[in-house]
Amino acid sequence: MVTTKHTLVALVEDKPGVLNHMASLFRRRGFNIESIVVGHSELPHLSRMTIVVDGTTTIMEQVRKQLDKLIDVVKVSDITEDDIINRELALIKIRATSSTRSEIIQIVDIFRANIVDVASDSVTVEVTGDEEKIASLLNLLRGFGIKEIARTGRIAMTRGG
Amino acid sequence: MKMTGAQILCESLVKEGVEVIFGYPGGAVLPLYDTLAQYPQLRHILVRHEQGAAHAADGYARATGKVGVCLATSGPGATNLVTGIANAHLDSSPIVAITGQVARPFIGKDAFQETDITGITLPITKYNYLVLDVGSLARIVKEAFYLARSGRPGPVLIDIPRDVFVDEAEFHYPSKVDLPGYKPTLQGHPAQIKKAVKLINEAKQPLIIAGRGVVISGAYTELKQLAETAQIPVVTTLLGIGCFPETHILSFGMLGMHGMAYANMAVDAADAIIAIGMRFDDRATAKVSAFAPHARVIHIDIDPAEIGKNVRVDVPIVGDVKVVLNALNKLIISAEHVDWIHQLDEWRREHPSTEIRESAELLPQFVIRKIYELTQGKAIIVTGVGQNQMWAAQYYWYNRPNSLISAGGLGTMGFELPAAMGAKVGCPDEIVWCVAGDGGFQMTIQELATIVQERLAVKVAIINNGYLGMVRQWQELFYKRRYVATPLSGPDFVKIAEAYGLPALRVKHKEEVVPAIEQAMEEQGPFIIDFVVEPEENVYPMVLPGAALTEVLEEPRKEVATWSRRSTP
Ligand SMILES: Cc1ncc(C[n+]2csc(CCOP(=O)(O)OP(=O)(O)O)c2C)c(N)n1
Ligand SMILES: [Mg+2]
Repeated sequence: MVTTKHTLVALVEDKPGVLNHMASLFRRRGFNIESIVVGHSELPHLSRMTIVVDGTTTIMEQVRKQLDKLIDVVKVSDITEDDIINRELALIKIRATSSTRSEIIQIVDIFRANIVDVASDSVTVEVTGDEEKIASLLNLLRGFGIKEIARTGRIAMTRGG
Repeated sequence: MKMTGAQILCESLVKEGVEVIFGYPGGAVLPLYDTLAQYPQLRHILVRHEQGAAHAADGYARATGKVGVCLATSGPGATNLVTGIANAHLDSSPIVAITGQVARPFIGKDAFQETDITGITLPITKYNYLVLDVGSLARIVKEAFYLARSGRPGPVLIDIPRDVFVDEAEFHYPSKVDLPGYKPTLQGHPAQIKKAVKLINEAKQPLIIAGRGVVISGAYTELKQLAETAQIPVVTTLLGIGCFPETHILSFGMLGMHGMAYANMAVDAADAIIAIGMRFDDRATAKVSAFAPHARVIHIDIDPAEIGKNVRVDVPIVGDVKVVLNALNKLIISAEHVDWIHQLDEWRREHPSTEIRESAELLPQFVIRKIYELTQGKAIIVTGVGQNQMWAAQYYWYNRPNSLISAGGLGTMGFELPAAMGAKVGCPDEIVWCVAGDGGFQMTIQELATIVQERLAVKVAIINNGYLGMVRQWQELFYKRRYVATPLSGPDFVKIAEAYGLPALRVKHKEEVVPAIEQAMEEQGPFIIDFVVEPEENVYPMVLPGAALTEVLEEPRKEVATWSRRSTP
């Protein structure tokens, strides 16, 4: 059966142990989790999570139901098929010398990314976008030598509504 | 008025209608124990091992339908509860486990007897709490009981640091809970119910598979009404036993690995399956890809996550079994399935499955059947795990709801004695028989002391085959009779009983069975009968592991049948 990446959004109670509970559920049931991001939501005491899971539709149905079953999960929806905005932020530290620095800056500009730190032998780039955009930027920068990458994982929201 | 945490807990337990706590003291819960003295309405039963407390609370909960409560100290006390909690979790039994924890300043410091019990029990509780503020204690107790008993019931653990018991707060017991993430669906979706009705009305060979959800929801009359109106035969899972009278003309027994051959054949031939409050456990379905190949499946369950988990479902209905069946019954039209029922009766005649073969030896099946006859089928039977469990399920006919209490999901040896104890505490007027394995009995044998101290009239039938019988059976069938680590020698259970201070008998011959059971029942208090049975008797029918439900191994020694199924006394 074909597996695809699914984006789930969950509204959860802002309590200690919630993330632990979800992570434990994914591990125990063998669900293949790609990324999980938590942060405050617009509602007090509630956090919004974006979870990216790889799986078949039947597995996804189980994932959704099992998450929904957790007492601290107020709502969970699979928004993969919806019209969504999804974003990720990445920090990329690249090897840079006086001769390569300007070329790097050019590439960064094209991607509307930012240089957030410059040192004698490196620059650090901050980029926001969907995974594709980040992947193509990474591809172009790889040749200069990547020293470090940190990524937030996907956050997502449906358009309009 | 300000109260200590310990008082708040006791007051809250009283508000919840708790009448008994199965517990064991220790440092972290000492302030609570001291306070318990002021609450004589909270009967405390001192078990001899915390596992016994959890199983007793579970047995109490299953027998009464109320929430069972167990209590342990921090660290080893808490970890000793774990098996019992996991057992309650898999069988959806409502218990609240209260554990002491080291004082707040010591948490996370690997303090003496500190253990992360909320972390440990995360995947085996419905929910758990670490109480960090005495002001939240009353709310937490309220929520814990609500969660344990509502929706799909299950265990809830409350971990309370020692200093929280001593801290003070105003006591207000909340009248409502506020759990935005927890809203069990009780009402079935009307459109789904209509679809189900249509499917049932069109079916030529419908079959009901009823599980523990029927028991939990108390939907016996509704189930009976559905079955009788539409003339649908009923089979049950192990934990569903008793939810439909087993001597009813439409009852076709238990399905599954050690189910009745005809029950499994019915599943195989059915064109519509109405699965009610059951979860398609692998012991019930056998090879899942070959399960009910001709049937369209209606699945009624309160837990949406159970639907479609193991078996493909055509008409899912999420809701409380009783509520859904009520709605269904309003729309169902009466029907007859004469040929279908005739066919099942035929299969039952050809594959009787619960006949007892003629034997000079004392057979375990014979023992169970005699307990059935002498209790007139009116006892609560609490079983161990293994062969004794299957014989107890097969050879006793359960006509009353909640009359079989057994560790189904986790298959926990050692459940029998403490669970029987809990059942007897909850139902003092019922006859409670504990059917134990000689192996499992030794896992929680210490609770005999509790039973004697509390004067609980539990009757124990040890099915003493001198083996870890079920494992031996697998070794016989699949490992060329290499009986590695399964023979058990001793102890002398009669002497053990004497040491604990209760009467006991050893029975080795058929003709001693009836007088022994009679004597046990005449005795006011607890009683043990050590039935020394045929050591290498096997449980049949048996679906081999990995095989389909219909690939049934039957009793190879087909001798004269001595009982017919409806020989009800
Ligand atoms: C705590 C625990 N340990 C191990 C097992 C595996 N097991 C299943 S049945 C069985 C044998 C049980 O022996 P006994 O209690 O004598 O019952 P019998 O099958 O002989 O009736 C064992 C070891 C188990 N179910 N539970
Ligand atoms: Mg045995």
